[in-house]
Amino acid sequence: MTTLPLEPVPSPSEETGPSPDPRWQALRGVDRSDRIYQRVLTAFALALPFLILVILGVLLVNALPAVRRFGPGFLWTSTWDPVAEVYGAAPMIFGTLASSFLALLIAVPLALGVAIFLTEFSPRWLRQPVAFLVELLAAIPSVVYGLWGIFVLIPFLRSYVVPPLKAVFGWTPFLQGAFYGNSLLAGGIILAIMIVPYIAAVSREVLLAVPTSQREAALAMGATRWEAVRSAVLPYGRAGLIGAIILGLGRALGETMAVTMVIGNRHDIALSLLQPAYTMAAAIANEFSEATTSMYLSALFEVGLILFVLTVVVNAVARILIWRVARGAAVGSRAL
Amino acid sequence: MSGGTFRRHLMSRVMTALVVVLAFTAVLALVLILGNLIAKGASSIDWAFFTKSPVPAGESGGGVANAIVGTAIIVGLAALIGLPVGIGAGLYLAEYGSGRLGFLVRFVADVLNGTPSIVIGIVAWTFLVKPTGRFTALAGSVALAILMIPMLARTTEEMVRLVPHSLREAALALGYPRWRTSLKIVARTALGGIVTGCLVGIARVAGETAPLLFTALGNLNFSLAVNQPMQTLSLQIYVYATGPFDEWHRMAWAAALVLMGLVLILALTARWVTRQRYGSVR
Repeated sequence: MTTLPLEPVPSPSEETGPSPDPRWQALRGVDRSDRIYQRVLTAFALALPFLILVILGVLLVNALPAVRRFGPGFLWTSTWDPVAEVYGAAPMIFGTLASSFLALLIAVPLALGVAIFLTEFSPRWLRQPVAFLVELLAAIPSVVYGLWGIFVLIPFLRSYVVPPLKAVFGWTPFLQGAFYGNSLLAGGIILAIMIVPYIAAVSREVLLAVPTSQREAALAMGATRWEAVRSAVLPYGRAGLIGAIILGLGRALGETMAVTMVIGNRHDIALSLLQPAYTMAAAIANEFSEATTSMYLSALFEVGLILFVLTVVVNAVARILIWRVARGAAVGSRAL
Repeated sequence: MSGGTFRRHLMSRVMTALVVVLAFTAVLALVLILGNLIAKGASSIDWAFFTKSPVPAGESGGGVANAIVGTAIIVGLAALIGLPVGIGAGLYLAEYGSGRLGFLVRFVADVLNGTPSIVIGIVAWTFLVKPTGRFTALAGSVALAILMIPMLARTTEEMVRLVPHSLREAALALGYPRWRTSLKIVARTALGGIVTGCLVGIARVAGETAPLLFTALGNLNFSLAVNQPMQTLSLQIYVYATGPFDEWHRMAWAAALVLMGLVLILALTARWVTRQRYGSVR
């Protein structure tokens, strides 16, 4: 898009000093109002970088006592004992990463399926409705996902999914132990459904940005439709698609309510998907209001700091990848 | 057809079918969730549900009037705080955002968009709850406003950028100062899009729970005071869903249906406004 040269043509008053001509006097007033307008807007815009600095500052200051006391060992210690005042975030960090990767494992095929279907295979009349329905998934509040997880997903998993899974793959370390419902598996599935719309929306934008000539060239060379997608469309949008997936990862890492409600909230590292786990966001949600000592509170702030830094890095990487394809568009920031 | 060609075409068919199945699985998830909401929630919704406040645990009856009013107040206040800043930042990005600061603001907005809302919650707690030692609805509104701002900035920018440059040039050529061109011509032309962005932003935060846990806290009684704890539908669903009583679970489904309806109405209105202005987009 071309932008208008927004720097105004300098009025004679600025170039030659005050002019006696009254018409230029009037224009000088205009200059001032324009400048005020620009300053006001700039102030609003500066609120955003200011905000991110404030968030970082608050987390750092509040986390400082815990950082001083526990040092880097906070990251790989598994003890979380409010009575003895010993804190280590390893189980939450593990749970956050494990549930998010499990979610990606499920969500990526679904989301890419949606994006490829919408851009490559769907009849024209079906595009709008399908895109809208998938985007609606992003409009469902997290707490409603949690409610659905507790009363629909978990009973379903218990009756129909876990028994056959155990029968076939029960020997692997990932399916050890009894299944009581609240578990890494339930958390991962809920997260997967929640991040599908984000990955799908961004992937779709990326695939739409692939020039039609790419497809035509492949088809003209005798490729089948799928071969055209696989060999011409997907490689062209690869950076953007990876960006979309990382964006989904960022969402999954920070998701709070739904996960808190189904993941089991246990400070423990278990390889098994059937066991309860914990995430950083869930720990803050559960324990922040009962943190009675200042060190407890500080440890939770350090968890928040780790979570914040992690999501900022992940989102920054995703944005850079997506911008390379979609040139700075606000892709994916709309939920609908 | 030679064997190789046959295999390739078969492969193409199979992959196409797989893509269709995957896409419809995603749609199925939505249908299932909405279906469950209606099936489990609709029967509990009656007049009392909208007009009464919760009764003590164990008793039946009661409603979520306090949560509905609380949601309206907290989200309304959040909009009051967040909309001007978000729209202002968006106008900045569209009008003056071609330089380095514009790039920075755009980038920060996108990164903030992905910040976990629970983190925003504990930051708001630090400033607004910790000093006074009291949970307030206002603190919840501030947290929600912070969540809204980056999203609004980006959608406003996008919508304002859709305005044809000829309009702006015409206004400037007529001697309009730039601020009036920007507000009266450009922003007004993009108004439909900006309103859409606002509605979507409001819909997004209306369902938020995590940032309210340590700010608005929740309140089982009817309250209109913004300097006191206040209930929202999302907080009420959380408490009811994780509680031990069947009666609570029933209420949780009904409250979830109401919240979902509210969010859907906002989202569909947003879509309708966009259609009115721009016809079918994409």
